[in-house]
Amino acid sequence: MTDWIDIASIDDIPQRGARVVKTRAGCVAVFRTAADEVFALDNACPHKQGPLVEGIVHGSAVTCPLHNWVISLETGLVQGNDEGQVATYPARVEGGRVLLDTTFLQARSAA
Amino acid sequence: MTQEIIVIGAGMASGRTLEHLFDAGADVNVTLFNAEPRGNYNRIMLSPVLAGDKTYEEIVTHDADWYEANGVTCRFGERVASVDRAAKTVTAENGDVLPYDKLIFGTGSNPFMIPLPGHDLDGVIAYRDLEDTELMMSMGPQNKVVVIGGGLLGLEAAAGMAARGVEVTVVHIMGHLMERQLDETAGYLLRKALVDKGITVLCQANSKEILGQDGKVCALLLDDGTELPCDLLVMAVGIRPNVALAQDAGLAVGKGIHVDDQMVTSDKDILAVGECVEHNGAIFGLVAPLYDQAKVAAQTILGDEAAFVQKELSTKLKVTGCDLFSAGDFADGEGREDIVFRDPGRGVYRRLVIEDNVVVGTVMYGDTADSNWFFGLIRDKTDIADMRDTVIFGPAYQGGAPVDPLAAVAALPRDAEICGCNGICKGTIVDAIEGGATDLTAVRAVTKASGSCGTCTGLVEQVLAVTLGDDFVLPGAQPICGCTDMTHEDVRRMIKSQELKSMAAVWQECAWKTVDGCHVCRPALNYYLIADWPLEYLDDPQSRFINERKHANIQKDGTFSVVPRMWGGITTPDELRAIADAADKYDVPTVKVTGGQRIDLLGVKGEDLPSIWADLNDAGMVSGHAYSKGLRTVKTCVGTDHCRFGTQDSTGLGIKLEKALWGSWTPHKLKLGVSGCPRNCAEATCKDIGIVCVDSGFQIGIGGAAGMDVREVERLIDVETEEETIIAIKAMTQLYRENAKYLDRIYKWMNKVGLEWIRERIADPAERATLATRFDLSQTVYQKDPWAEHAQKKAAIYRPVANLSLEAAE
Ligand SMILES: Cc1cc2nc3c(=O)[nH]c(=O)nc-3n(C[C@H](O)[C@H](O)[C@H](O)COP(=O)(O)OP(=O)(O)OC[C@H]3O[C@@H](n4cnc5c(N)ncnc54)[C@H](O)[C@@H]3O)c2cc1C
Ligand code: SF4
Ligand code: SF4
Ligand code: FES
Repeated sequence: MTDWIDIASIDDIPQRGARVVKTRAGCVAVFRTAADEVFALDNACPHKQGPLVEGIVHGSAVTCPLHNWVISLETGLVQGNDEGQVATYPARVEGGRVLLDTTFLQARSAA
Repeated sequence: MTQEIIVIGAGMASGRTLEHLFDAGADVNVTLFNAEPRGNYNRIMLSPVLAGDKTYEEIVTHDADWYEANGVTCRFGERVASVDRAAKTVTAENGDVLPYDKLIFGTGSNPFMIPLPGHDLDGVIAYRDLEDTELMMSMGPQNKVVVIGGGLLGLEAAAGMAARGVEVTVVHIMGHLMERQLDETAGYLLRKALVDKGITVLCQANSKEILGQDGKVCALLLDDGTELPCDLLVMAVGIRPNVALAQDAGLAVGKGIHVDDQMVTSDKDILAVGECVEHNGAIFGLVAPLYDQAKVAAQTILGDEAAFVQKELSTKLKVTGCDLFSAGDFADGEGREDIVFRDPGRGVYRRLVIEDNVVVGTVMYGDTADSNWFFGLIRDKTDIADMRDTVIFGPAYQGGAPVDPLAAVAALPRDAEICGCNGICKGTIVDAIEGGATDLTAVRAVTKASGSCGTCTGLVEQVLAVTLGDDFVLPGAQPICGCTDMTHEDVRRMIKSQELKSMAAVWQECAWKTVDGCHVCRPALNYYLIADWPLEYLDDPQSRFINERKHANIQKDGTFSVVPRMWGGITTPDELRAIADAADKYDVPTVKVTGGQRIDLLGVKGEDLPSIWADLNDAGMVSGHAYSKGLRTVKTCVGTDHCRFGTQDSTGLGIKLEKALWGSWTPHKLKLGVSGCPRNCAEATCKDIGIVCVDSGFQIGIGGAAGMDVREVERLIDVETEEETIIAIKAMTQLYRENAKYLDRIYKWMNKVGLEWIRERIADPAERATLATRFDLSQTVYQKDPWAEHAQKKAAIYRPVANLSLEAAE
């Protein structure tokens, strides 16, 4: 079952930017692309836990602020020659509001 | 039995409904009310009427003969005042009561008027009907008009009046025009075309008040204080379904009048069509779906089965010379990919958004000949897996067409300046090549192009390649990144010579291969645009690395370091107390003295940044920019104030220099040192710019380094006074800002252009003065304390956008 929860207005997140959402099991980074899509990923780079929320967003990818690994916002997969994957969570926009699926929270805290 | 049908509103939707009814030979008796004093006309063609391409008579869809032939009783210029559903009657404005079997609402929508002070002044109008159009047509070359709203309607109004010689300004609140239908690049191309038509376009402009004189509009005031004088003000900011009458009649109404798939309202004898309806949560503003609704409504009345289905929509703009097309969805959905094609020469931009091998959206500008084919791909959900590599070129190219890496240079006009030093245009170079100068050395010898600082070498070679074709082998140059074939130097020249003043402009005119760049090119472009167009370009924080975006250095554990500015390395007991208090208050784990004579607070939590900055601000300190590609520190020795060897006031000069230079952005970090005598206690000779004081004045050296490379400065120039020193250093900084590649320190850049070239510029008094003036101009924009700005206005972005840790995770 999905259980969407309204976390913020889309305008609270800059275009080509991100904001942090705190959850019981750590921080999730919610990204907004130039095309106003939103994506939610763990806020930790698979390399050395860099805070992805602070990275540069381009197309539908983010570049980690610490050592420039590039991570797909869609799949969480590290692009290029490096390897790794970040957990992604369902997120969407409806009527200008950003919604996250709270079932992921359960999955996270259960894990 | 003949059905009595009453229609409220003679609009585009109701007109089409009647056509379908009569075509089907329906046994009906129709009475048609219209608040406008005329019958059905093609509202969308008001724009060509305004532009003078058509007359009103040409856009009338139903004339008196047609109404007569079909037995329609016309009550034009008469509003329906009320509906009595129980009695099944309508009451006209003059009190007439008429019975109906079926009632059709086609009341359209009302233009939304922003309730700004002054919105009810004379001369403030919308753009909806013939009256509005005629008022705009009464304007001429002697008039000024302001249009609020850079959407479809606003731009058609603006272009129509501009075609009549009116001086038009469009005021748009968003960052680019038609933001709902276009992306930044298409918005940029559109703006460029409109500006070429003489229209002034202001984006990110917020209207504050409409000013009037004797009850008539005279100007629009923006919230930045700009006053735009005007004789007429057109508001085109959106529409609202016209539902008042339906609401009074007790029909179910949301945003619009609720209808089902058969276009029947909550009353089975009342139908609604057009912009006044709401169907499945959607409302409508384009005619294509209204025509579908009209057909369904007619069939419902005839007793046939039919259902209205919402389909993909597309948008075009009816402005001559602005060929744009936008369709489908490029704003939502996961797992999507972009395909981009740009042809700077023809001003063409095409973008397809693909999801699971299906095109879901497209934006096109400049060449929309194939738009229907692309729209077909979207509507039919065609699987494009087999033509993925070539689909962007349209149906004619399904064999494949190469993308030309030289397109951007090929597209440059003859008067585009290629060599900035010597002022050599493309045409001159082409002439030289055609005159027999077929390699770089020959071109240099004949034209001087690329003969000075050499940064335009890449572009000159590309001109050779474009002119000579296969006879010239282009040396492989390192492009900025995978988004482009151009080098940093090429792009910088393009920005200057083609006056590219936005990121979207660079992407388009330099044929970027991606939609919005990457982490390599975006910070570089942001810097180049800031440096070259300080007044016109708006800094884009989202194109900066985290340190510059958050004005603090990120540490390996995700915390930040905070370094307040200490002018020339001088501090006071009060400042030190405030720093100590802040360190205590925010649990700062490490306090360190840096090599640049500053105090570094390391390990500050991201969320605490705005508060610690505010505290330091209160004690009179500003950001030390220890994170920026910009002026970092001016390190000084104690000089004549305290040192027995001192020849000049090195501390005082250092403070003056730091106060003059702080806040400026440079290609890489910029560190200065001022030593009071050649004993050089401030280590000035390994700084980017180092000043050594001597009895006769000041020796300025540049290009020192003490990082991975260690180098001593080379002497640039000697001057006699502090004032001359400051001007020379401002000029030097500006020269570096305007010419160096992003992320080149001064010594690296100096190796490329040569110390001689730099010295010639700085030694020439006139050039030195203009460089310093340009530096000062840029400082009027950028010399601002980012801490104060962020602590006061942007503190929220440092906090989580939501905290779900308290929510029960059932
Ligand atoms: C300048 C302009 C350009 C446009 N360009 C395009 C375009 O290029 N492409 C596109 O797809 N769409 C375009 N549109 C939008 C398109 O014109 C509308 O979607 C369409 O006209 C809506 O049709 P409608 O029948 O719902 O309403 P309308 O055509 O607005 O008709 C409604 C009528 O009802 C009358 N009315 C309202 N209340 C009452 C009442 N109580 N009693 C009697 N009469 C009443 C009104 O006076 C009005 O005449 C444009 C619109 C404008 C204004
Ligand atoms: S550089 Fe010269 S003036 Fe400055 S402190 Fe050293 S000895 Fe004194
Ligand atoms: S010298 Fe190396 S480790 Fe030390 S602060 Fe500089 S970059 Fe970090
Ligand atoms: S932690 Fe992300 S790239 Fe190193």
